Amino acid sequence: MAGTGTAHLRSTDDVLLRVENLVVEFPAGRRMKVHAVSGISLDVREGETLGIVGESGCGKSTTGRAIMQLPRPTSGSVLFEGQDLTKLSGEALRKMRPQMQLIFQDPISSLNPRRRVGDIVREPLEVWKRGTDESREKTVNEVLEAVGLDNEASRNKRPHQFSGGQCQRICIARALVLEPKVIICDEPVSALDVSVQAQILNLLEDMKQRYGLTLVFIAHDLAVVKNVSDRVAVMYLGKLCEVASPDALFTRPAHPYTAALLSAIPVPDPSATMRTPASLQGELPSPLAPPSGCRFRTRCPRAEDRCAREEPQLRPVLAGSEHYVACHFPLIEAAEVPTSTTPVSINGS
Amino acid sequence: MSPLRRRKEVTRTISARPEAGHLLEITDLSTSFKTPRGLATAVNNVSFVLDRGKTLGIVGESGSGKSVLSRSIMGLLPKQNVVRDGSVRFEGTEISSLSNSAMRQYWGTEMAMVFQDPMTSLNPVLKVGRQITESLHYHLDMDKQQAHDTALALLKSVGIPEAERRLSEYPHQLSGGMRQRVVIAIALACGPKVLFADEPTTALDVTVQAQILNLLQQQQRERDMAMILVTHDLGVVAGRADEIAVMYSGQIVERAPTRTLFAQMRMPYTEGLLKSIPKLEQPSHSRLQIIGGRPPDLVAPPPGCKFAPRCPYAQEKCHSEEPPLVEAETPGHYFKCWYPVGTDAGKEALERNLAAGLPQAIAAVAGDAIAAAKVELAV
Repeated sequence: MAGTGTAHLRSTDDVLLRVENLVVEFPAGRRMKVHAVSGISLDVREGETLGIVGESGCGKSTTGRAIMQLPRPTSGSVLFEGQDLTKLSGEALRKMRPQMQLIFQDPISSLNPRRRVGDIVREPLEVWKRGTDESREKTVNEVLEAVGLDNEASRNKRPHQFSGGQCQRICIARALVLEPKVIICDEPVSALDVSVQAQILNLLEDMKQRYGLTLVFIAHDLAVVKNVSDRVAVMYLGKLCEVASPDALFTRPAHPYTAALLSAIPVPDPSATMRTPASLQGELPSPLAPPSGCRFRTRCPRAEDRCAREEPQLRPVLAGSEHYVACHFPLIEAAEVPTSTTPVSINGS
Repeated sequence: MSPLRRRKEVTRTISARPEAGHLLEITDLSTSFKTPRGLATAVNNVSFVLDRGKTLGIVGESGSGKSVLSRSIMGLLPKQNVVRDGSVRFEGTEISSLSNSAMRQYWGTEMAMVFQDPMTSLNPVLKVGRQITESLHYHLDMDKQQAHDTALALLKSVGIPEAERRLSEYPHQLSGGMRQRVVIAIALACGPKVLFADEPTTALDVTVQAQILNLLQQQQRERDMAMILVTHDLGVVAGRADEIAVMYSGQIVERAPTRTLFAQMRMPYTEGLLKSIPKLEQPSHSRLQIIGGRPPDLVAPPPGCKFAPRCPYAQEKCHSEEPPLVEAETPGHYFKCWYPVGTDAGKEALERNLAAGLPQAIAAVAGDAIAAAKVELAV
């Protein structure tokens, strides 16, 4: 699964964001490198939500940040509306920034504790000199009302006077105020309680409709990702394993890693839990020296010699299907390979 | 490591009368903290029993008092500024009034705890081996070689590869999952009869979480140990606990055998918790139910039912009168609600609230995030 390749990219006109062969490496001293992201390609259509899942350390947050050019990727391209962000610099890149916004994991620490909520949400408008004082006021009120924070009372309070869920609403308001096209949500609900998590997920869905947003949703919780996404990419140690629609991915995972992730989820139903005891052994290898070939092979129950030699490329599970997998021995291939019209005898009998 | 090596023979005499009665019996346990604003009641009149070899799951949001409850039972809270009330009986002996030095014969040998964060619950400047052998020396009076061999066997039993080498490593050299295994090995070292696992997997990845939960279950079975599994995730306890207690604002609001709880939950809070979790069986973009608002202030909780301000079923009565914990038709199933889920009274109450446009009812039924925000601002 150390999949590279671009077979899963779509060529339609409405692709808003297209990432090709993105590589991010960090120097780690002694001439070593952290291979955080190693050749990932993704695309997002306008109005779509792309979910990125994986364990911690798999490079999913780095991917999100590299799309924003924070930090700059080591190589690869990030095309936003056809323009390559990696080639832009200085003022030209800055001009692109209002189009893309980020929402972070910890809502409380991503708000300045000493500023009032109204000022936090208005600041982007001031930085970009959008509108007059009056119109800014109006925009801030609208956005705060859209995220459900009654503006009269809330505007003059500071972040510590709000709960975690409310702070995440403020972060969403701040991201929305410039009316961006894309919002990259980096684990937006993993610091929140389950009851609050549902509020934020529903709110993001509403905001997506209301503001016509395109979302990149990064999370480690597969059930959350399934709920919000139109397309899901599974990452492992800086590579893509599988790209598919959520329903296809979760009902019939093709990659052994996806299957293992799915079987590890605790299900809130006492009669359904003991599904597959085949849980994943061991832990993520070091990104300083990732395994050769398929990066998952060290933990993969299906690994063979070929997996160490040859890196699998992303390819459709079935010819022409929208379900892509990077594995030499995917789980559903054998049963699903379309049989040719004339039966072929194997032993030449 | 403590230089003291006082072995107490008392514990042995207590356990001389084994299988009689419950292993752990908690009656009307309350725990409050003195704060500048007044008394914050984190655990409020909690009662339950735990038998040998059984698992009790305690579920609730953050701030519901579930961690304080387990610490209070073990006597791990500071004595200053904490008011503790009620009875904790371990194998028939009252232990809630014991001093710290008297509790030492219980800690480790009779009851042990696995904490949430494996990064901070190990001593960073001591080697792993020494942290495991500490209690072996103290409680079981083992010599150096015996303790070393036992520690090695323990590390192997919790699934740590190259156990011999790990014994002489420091915590920072281990990954999060490995550290949690070490914490479990320390907790199991003296063969406790009850293990408190306080959110043991919250800080870990989902694949590692499954490994750790399986390990706990396997160790529990091998040792016939009782376990209290504290978590905010109903999914974690669903397949592993014999009984589940749902906590809200310091109280147990519903308690039942696991299957009964999931099949016929009565408490609106339990229903809300379960329905707000996204599930893999649902198609994507399904609307989630929302519990509006946030848990009440523990210093000045609402007068009636503590959940009433957020409850989609709440009526006049709920705001003024606190419901008692009553037993449902199924034996062993207790709940605390005037208008329980799945009854005609509950159904009518919900319909009335929907017709009246109560925001918490709309948040729950339609998953309306804005209505949920209104509930929170009103609290």
